[in-house]
Amino acid sequence: MNTSDVTKEGIRGARPGREAVTGADSALGGQRRERPADDGGGRGSEFGTYYDRPVLNRITWRPRDIAGYLFLGGLAGASSALAAGADLTGRPGLARPLRYTALAAVTGSLAALVNDLGRPDRFLHMLRVMKWTSPMSVGTWILVCYGPLAGAAAASQATGVLPGAGRLAGLGAGAVGPAVSAYTAPLICNTAVPAWHEGYREMPFVFVGSGAAAAGGMGMITAPVGQAGPARRAGAAGAAVENAALAVMERRMGMVAEPYRTGRSGTLMRAAKALTIGGAVGALAGRRSRAVSAIAGAALIAGSACTRFGVFAAGQASVADPRYTVVPQRRRLRDREQAAQQEE
Amino acid sequence: MGFFTDTSVCIGCKACEVACKEWNLVPEDGLDFTAMSFDNSGGLGADTWRHVAFIEQRAPIGVQETGVGRPEGAPDPVDLGMPSFEPPGASADGDATGEFRWLMSSDVCKHCTHAACLDVCPTGSLFRTEYGTVVVQEDICNGCGYCVPACPYGVIGQREDDGRVFKCTLCYDRLGAGMEPACAKACPTDSIQFGDLDELRERADERLRGLHEAGVGSAQLYGRDPGDGVGGDGAFFLLLDEPEVYGLPPDPVVTTRDLPSMWRHAAVAAGALLAGITATFLGRRR
Ligand code: SF4
Ligand code: SF4
Repeated sequence: MNTSDVTKEGIRGARPGREAVTGADSALGGQRRERPADDGGGRGSEFGTYYDRPVLNRITWRPRDIAGYLFLGGLAGASSALAAGADLTGRPGLARPLRYTALAAVTGSLAALVNDLGRPDRFLHMLRVMKWTSPMSVGTWILVCYGPLAGAAAASQATGVLPGAGRLAGLGAGAVGPAVSAYTAPLICNTAVPAWHEGYREMPFVFVGSGAAAAGGMGMITAPVGQAGPARRAGAAGAAVENAALAVMERRMGMVAEPYRTGRSGTLMRAAKALTIGGAVGALAGRRSRAVSAIAGAALIAGSACTRFGVFAAGQASVADPRYTVVPQRRRLRDREQAAQQEE
Repeated sequence: MGFFTDTSVCIGCKACEVACKEWNLVPEDGLDFTAMSFDNSGGLGADTWRHVAFIEQRAPIGVQETGVGRPEGAPDPVDLGMPSFEPPGASADGDATGEFRWLMSSDVCKHCTHAACLDVCPTGSLFRTEYGTVVVQEDICNGCGYCVPACPYGVIGQREDDGRVFKCTLCYDRLGAGMEPACAKACPTDSIQFGDLDELRERADERLRGLHEAGVGSAQLYGRDPGDGVGGDGAFFLLLDEPEVYGLPPDPVVTTRDLPSMWRHAAVAAGALLAGITATFLGRRR
């Protein structure tokens, strides 16, 4: 039993003898014992762990909900932007389906988000505060602006009511859309998950590229070939940006990029690459054929979904293995120590 | 206010785990064997707010003299070696005996000065108290789970049947009543010390000096430095080995330190998307 007590004035009655020294042997007093080189606990190698248990706690988000949310958010935002452009340049055949897509996707993404809450009935607690330090809070407010605009645009399109206001709403949604596509990158990168955090510079470009590819793909499937030119270009360019950003990201991340190449996440990322590149080629080559366009469009959409699920799975894998947490931090410490030594 | 956990005097009795559960009515978290050591709670989470780690090592704890103070002529001490499933000494080849130490450490939420969990919480459920600690308001938390991967120490967890997240509150209710937290109160060796952080830091420095002088060169303070990646821990530790051996990250950084840069990158990407989509409408009309 602890006899000391803590009062507002400080600690009272602390026991003496707290200074008991572990393993002390005064005979050698003053001499520092060097730490053993290797005790078999893997310390001779670059890092030690606590029985190989992860340092970080498991991500509790469900992949279907949150990776799906990332995918649908990207699709919705880029679709709105594309629809606004189509509207302004007189391509109603492209604008109409993309407006519906945007509404469906944002509704789906919101449903996925709410479904993933441990307490879905408390979704509205998100609206209590506005915190720029929390991308989820910022994102909620972006969606609060974007959702009604996308909804109004699609509703007026479908019913023909208030076409002027509907157009305006569509343009507004197009302006906010890119924020919807991009904010999900800080959302996942602003965590301690190594495979996400270390990629925070490139992830927004991966995500907007992936969103543009999906929206372009949707436009290629739904719009007549004569009006789908911008969708094809957006799809192909989006796929190119996504793959380029991923390549840069993996190179800069070093060992933490491993989950993007191995395991289930690696498989998903490879599938994403094949689908987006194939889709991009189809988008450029098949500009006269509705069938080729539709197949290429579907490949772009599927590729975009694979990217999001792959990134999500890579994050999970990087949490499960303590190596990805410990080794980069150890190296950082070592580099800092070396730099300090050099300064001396 | 905060904790200083001096793991060099921890005896692994788990009184802190039990006291915490009892006081805070934390539900049972699986009466499991982890099959790796006497650790049966595995790590911190929604239902484990104090976790005692057990580490078995072939290493001397300091410059230990096992024979000190034995009467003249007494038999030599028997080396029991590492714990195993055989009777002691049954397979005593050269390196199965000898130096052996057991490290025990009671882990807890660090109550970071720059707390990632608090920063990312989109409902404002996590907040900083008047004692400088970090606490979840359970009636606000909507279970979004964002704080879980944000915590660089793997502390906070989601209770599955409930959906909300839970973690150490540093006994917010007890502090309000002028009492020390339940774990510190229960600790029989004063391994867990509660108090004013400045005072605890002083005490820790003194203890570290003492251990170093006594030859325990591996002793180090963890989370004490207010200049580290999380601005210093409200619960810091004296460890006898590297932090990762205890399951702690060696150089944790609050994730929101890079957030301004993340927002800038995202803004550029969003602008690029808008510009790119605009560009797709230029040129040929097809
Ligand atoms: S240790 Fe984790 S849960 Fe505790 S205050 Fe720091 S970030 Fe939050
Ligand atoms: S910290 Fe104290 S109470 Fe907890 S296990 Fe160690 S000695 Fe026991």
